[in-house]
Amino acid sequence: MRWLCFGAMVATLLTPDVFQAPAPAPEIAFDASADFLKLPSDVYLGEVAGVATNSRGQLFVYTRTGNPTVALGNSRLFSHGGSRLFEFDRTGAFVREIGQGLYAFLVAHAVRVDAQDNIWIVDEGSNQVVKFSADGRVLMILGRKPEAVTIRVPSPSSSPAPPSRGSSGAAGAGGAGDQFLRPSDVAFDSDGNIFVADGHGANARIAKFDRTGRFLLSWGSRGTDSGQFNLPHSIATDAQGNVYVADQGNKRIQVFDGKGAFKSQITNIGVPQAVCVSGGAHQYLYSSHSGDVYGMDDAAIYKLELDGRVVGKFGSAGKQIKQLGLVNAIDCRTENTLYVGELTNWRVQKLTLQARQPR
Amino acid sequence: MKTIFFLAVVLVAQVHSLFAQTKAKAQNVPEIAYQSVPGFLKLPANLYLGEGIGVATNSKGHVFVYTRSGDTRLFEFDQNGNFVREIGQGLYGFEFAHAVRVDRDDNIWAVDEGSNMVIKFTTDGRVAMVLGRRPEAVEGLVAPLAGAPEPQPEPYVFSRPTDVGFDAAGNIFVTDGYGNSRVVKFDKNGRFVKQAGTKGNQPGQLNLPHTMAMDASGNVYVGDRSNARVQVFDNDLNFKSIYDNVGNPWAVCISPGPHQYLFVSNSIPDNGLAQYRDITGEIYKMELDGTIIGRFGKPGKQLGEFSTVHEIDCRNPNELLVAEITAWRVQKILLRSTSSTRQER
Repeated sequence: MRWLCFGAMVATLLTPDVFQAPAPAPEIAFDASADFLKLPSDVYLGEVAGVATNSRGQLFVYTRTGNPTVALGNSRLFSHGGSRLFEFDRTGAFVREIGQGLYAFLVAHAVRVDAQDNIWIVDEGSNQVVKFSADGRVLMILGRKPEAVTIRVPSPSSSPAPPSRGSSGAAGAGGAGDQFLRPSDVAFDSDGNIFVADGHGANARIAKFDRTGRFLLSWGSRGTDSGQFNLPHSIATDAQGNVYVADQGNKRIQVFDGKGAFKSQITNIGVPQAVCVSGGAHQYLYSSHSGDVYGMDDAAIYKLELDGRVVGKFGSAGKQIKQLGLVNAIDCRTENTLYVGELTNWRVQKLTLQARQPR
Repeated sequence: MKTIFFLAVVLVAQVHSLFAQTKAKAQNVPEIAYQSVPGFLKLPANLYLGEGIGVATNSKGHVFVYTRSGDTRLFEFDQNGNFVREIGQGLYGFEFAHAVRVDRDDNIWAVDEGSNMVIKFTTDGRVAMVLGRRPEAVEGLVAPLAGAPEPQPEPYVFSRPTDVGFDAAGNIFVTDGYGNSRVVKFDKNGRFVKQAGTKGNQPGQLNLPHTMAMDASGNVYVGDRSNARVQVFDNDLNFKSIYDNVGNPWAVCISPGPHQYLFVSNSIPDNGLAQYRDITGEIYKMELDGTIIGRFGKPGKQLGEFSTVHEIDCRNPNELLVAEITAWRVQKILLRSTSSTRQER
């Protein structure tokens, strides 16, 4: 009887996959360069969590590198290190490091550039969002880093957890306020309002702040209904101020207006890990699908119209050039020139998509 | 009561498996004459080796040393032992060194049992590929649970991996390790092909696969340390044979060339227990079929003695480089050639 129950559960878990298999989409031809970025001999990228360009084509890379460290010598354990922010010019030449030793740099998750070329990082370890000016000085802080590291004692009865992609902690109500739990991404509207995807932890919400950093509202809670999230992993806005949320665990992108009202959802794009809305008059939505936790079996990037119609897709999983290893960020300032940051391949690839021939 | 007894057994078994060192069964083995080259590696004044964990040479004779220093670091020296450079400063995958190897294209591979990663560097020291994944350290610290069952091995996740090797086709083999008890085969692009081994002492099972080497035919020689044996697998990881007469293999190496030799170190354990001083510390030179040619070395901290040997480079079978944990050093060892002896037979 117990086995029957278990079987039924498995069937239930598997069924949605069967029916939500990505729809056939035209393949988009593309080229890739994995050595576009030129690093000094003593600087190395680790897992690339974030990549973004500014209006001059400068690139910013937020990477998990160095050693995340817990310091001994006190009654509490303090964490630091583990991530760095680098700037490159439009040719890929190394310009500088930003935020050396910064208090918030612990586990990189995203970097984005706003309309004024300010640089924003999202750190899921320190639970912070940090705004830098274009010249690399700190302008604003959202959220607060936990003072010390907690120690969790696993229960003897529980079996070791399988690899998870977040969704840690209990189901959260997505409480309103300034504090984040493993935030994942940040986006902006034309008024300078700030949207934070929050995130990997027990919160499952989008938090909105005004341009001065004052909390305005938040929406969402853990669940599968419209307006609910199961790991809001990436976020982007279009020119009209609509908000596109990669609801990774629910295998969909949800679209909201700027006040959090649900508008629509996009499915049939696999497991969305990173989204980006391109610049220009005709905006496109890119969404990176990662179907396995190792980045070795199932991956692609979808190009969509903003209304969700699939234009095409490209890429496959793996470690070679032109393959994708857990893409955590896409920069798509220019429609057919993408920069993708990969977690498992420790690199940024420059992807050049073949433009469609006008009919 | 039964539970308590079980726990006690587990504890004893763990202590036994981690620390026991055995006297080699092989006796009356010919001694091979050797000498240690004093002061071979020359470090800049501001650089220090820590525990000598990994050592390997490339085709030009450059020496790569992977050391547990203040941070785990990877250094390159030229063929004369002069310092060339550091590789991988502040690397995300450098946490607790375990082995360094060089493949036939002179790529440098580091195996890190702290980050659970295997990292391939190009000859110019840039990252070319990474295998495994460092756990994201964002959930707080998890206290280890005594007696917790071994996790189910996953294709692309290591649990304290120990060593890496390559065959002529570029396939990659990883011994994994302290947590898992297996050897894993990947293709040259890092794609999982196969794995072999579970924890145990039966043929084909492993209990701390600590070191490995490959011969020209693509056979895999695994130093099954806590089982006190070298196990040989074929290229598809089918079990072939066992050499169980040379103690607990901490380090193995197979020399290149038409006549390949297998070196096996029955290292003095790093627990400092005096009882092991008289029964360990020697390195064996063997034919690939397990025939012992001779042995050399004894435990100690003096020049020419071996503290806990952790990795051997044997690109030249008569000029070994030996990395030692407890004496924080790499020695260059000149062996009297044994090839003439064999020709006389």
